[in-house]
Amino acid sequence: MTDISLDTLASSAARPRRDIGIKKRYAAERRFRLYGVLAIAVGLAFLGVMLTSIVSKGYTAFWQTTVTLPIHFDEKIIDPSNKRATDPNVLVTANYPKLAEAALIEKLGIDPSDRATVRKLKGFLSDGSRVQLRAIVAADPSVIGTTRDVDILAAANLDSAYKGQIDLNVPESRRKVSDQQVEWMNKLKAEGVMAEHFNTGLFSYGASSRPETSGVGVALIGSIYMMVIVLLLALPIGVAASIYLEEFAKKSRFTDLIEVNINNLAAVPSIVFGLLGLAVFINFLGLPRSASFVGGLVLTLMTLPTIIIATRAALAAVPPSIRSAALGLGASKMQMVFQHILPLAAPGILTGTIIGLARALGETAPLLLIGMVAFVADYPKTPFDPATALPVQIYMWANEAERAFVERMSGAIIILLIFLMAMNIVAIVLRRRFERRW
Amino acid sequence: MKKALLTASAAAFAIVASAGYASARDQVQVAGSSTVLPYAKIVAEQFGETFSNFKTPVVESGGSGAGIKEFCKGVGENTIDIANSSRAIKKDEVQSCIDAGVKDIQEVKIGYDGIVFATDVNGPDWALTSEDIYKALAAKIVVDGKLVENPNTKWNQVNPNLPDWDIAAYIPGEKHGTREVFEEKLLIAGCKALGGVEAAKAAGLDDKAADASCKAVRKDGKAVDIDGDYSETLARIDSNKTGVGVFGLAFYENNADKLKVATVGGITPSVETIAAGEYPVSRPLFFYVKKAHLGVIPGLKEYVEFFLDDQMVGPESPLADYGLVAAPDAERAAQREAFTAGKTM
Repeated sequence: MTDISLDTLASSAARPRRDIGIKKRYAAERRFRLYGVLAIAVGLAFLGVMLTSIVSKGYTAFWQTTVTLPIHFDEKIIDPSNKRATDPNVLVTANYPKLAEAALIEKLGIDPSDRATVRKLKGFLSDGSRVQLRAIVAADPSVIGTTRDVDILAAANLDSAYKGQIDLNVPESRRKVSDQQVEWMNKLKAEGVMAEHFNTGLFSYGASSRPETSGVGVALIGSIYMMVIVLLLALPIGVAASIYLEEFAKKSRFTDLIEVNINNLAAVPSIVFGLLGLAVFINFLGLPRSASFVGGLVLTLMTLPTIIIATRAALAAVPPSIRSAALGLGASKMQMVFQHILPLAAPGILTGTIIGLARALGETAPLLLIGMVAFVADYPKTPFDPATALPVQIYMWANEAERAFVERMSGAIIILLIFLMAMNIVAIVLRRRFERRW
Repeated sequence: MKKALLTASAAAFAIVASAGYASARDQVQVAGSSTVLPYAKIVAEQFGETFSNFKTPVVESGGSGAGIKEFCKGVGENTIDIANSSRAIKKDEVQSCIDAGVKDIQEVKIGYDGIVFATDVNGPDWALTSEDIYKALAAKIVVDGKLVENPNTKWNQVNPNLPDWDIAAYIPGEKHGTREVFEEKLLIAGCKALGGVEAAKAAGLDDKAADASCKAVRKDGKAVDIDGDYSETLARIDSNKTGVGVFGLAFYENNADKLKVATVGGITPSVETIAAGEYPVSRPLFFYVKKAHLGVIPGLKEYVEFFLDDQMVGPESPLADYGLVAAPDAERAAQREAFTAGKTM
């Protein structure tokens, strides 16, 4: 290159310029850049619209209206015939909502004998007070006969009204809260008795038919069980399979066939894995329905190809010189793989695994067929108990008729998105930290 | 770290290997109709809260047909105990149950559900008849005694009293239990009233084909099948203010601030008119219990009895609050008696 002398350059400059379409080519490049910017802008706009709509609908789900009432644990209501010493069932079946209602009647200064007004109180407090007050009594039976301040959840419709989600200009008969209830609500609000608190219940409750006592608790546990199972099964199997295929197996028709099949499997719709899970794990092996263990197995099958492909790419990216050096220094093939190649490929493997896990976390279709799209109120003690998953809970809430479930659905989406983002950030950090460039 | 991971995976493998997992199921499992789902959820939740010695039943949705199919897979712990259904079980479904070893099925009727037509709350009042529905939505209608492709594009062509709106109806998809009631009580009824059956027979069709031609819905996009739940139908009405949607009574009552309900045959749908049998488009809701599981799955018998209690399905019960139309007193008593006596189909 250095041989080109200056005078040849000078003489070429002197000649009239050939038209090499430079203007046209620059224009084409500018257009292409513009298209690129437009494509990104459209993508960002959609993302923005999606996030704003979810967050604006869902942030209210993290707050819940409660009414702080001095509950008098009246023996006459809980245990009218004084049998609790001999029959502990009395404390289970007692009419606890009545206690909350009595406290509210007193707070609002209503005459308890005015049945018509008392009836309007129906639907003001959540029926969840039954479980809440029962738990207080069960923990400490000596509370009977005393008075204690308890935060009782407001019923879902009142909660929505308090948050301003119900249009009060609609005629009274067309909405779920009466004018009288709104008046009481404003009174309690002014007294500071009714207020919004951070909604811890959204994280701790299981599924419920009452919006105010429903949460993602069971779904979170189910999702965590499944993620652990997928990690424990898919990572070792996937890594072992790819090490063998990449480092040990001889290239043959057979390994080529396996490779093609793995790539195809990665593109199989997830519902197919659900069908497989139903046929093999439930109908053939007799594993329980709706259990997160079966869900984990199905998602493992779904994630395996992703992990194998990522791992093989990571292994192939380690330069052959490392292999030659290890072998040259007398390492066995196994030592070479486990002491040199695998540590260098680890960031790539982990990134692929986490992305596979994140995809598995968002799946509902395969879970539908193994009975995990279900109403599950009790916490699963083991992975063999019925459970749901986060995206399933979102789907179930999306189908509810009550308005208050809309905000809970968006709230659950926010929780799921935070989970996914956290997993992706971990993947990025791992890659940044440990990746080596050659 | 690597060793720990290996051990953990080995443990996981061991669990898979011992897949013959045999501890007894201690939880009732229910699947089926999405219309019955909200009611079953309320009962399941209260059952779990009332009986501290039993777990809360698990209720899957997925549709009447899918639920019954799951139900008919056989007898045993990994099959469900109860199938919810928004229609009566069909003969061939019973047969497939029997073939799979589910010989004794107990039918339980829990009450009634009304199917309503509703439009956007700000629109005009609607008064529909089954004839209007047939003329607006059937694939072929009767003109001068002959079957022709449905020419109507606006509601006021169907009936001058209806508004000048393009026909856009969101009706339950074919897998919905609701669809059958829609076909039977509206399309076929309207067809018969207008002489569609005779016209079909005159065109050379037999009885069965005439029925089928009556309930065939037009496919030109004016009637849209909704396979999802009612919330999807509501979203369609939200975006198309001149659309007409089909909803369950309970769903409409929960969203009465957004929807205006149409009368059918001059009757406004309500719990009262449905219970009295005046409103024409209503249907019974059922669930089916596997008799072989009674006494084997803890809580199953108690759950069904709890469900049938007047506290749950009576006229003043949580289910009635949600929109279920309670069956008359004598019918509820008969249902309870039949279940206790162990009456099978």
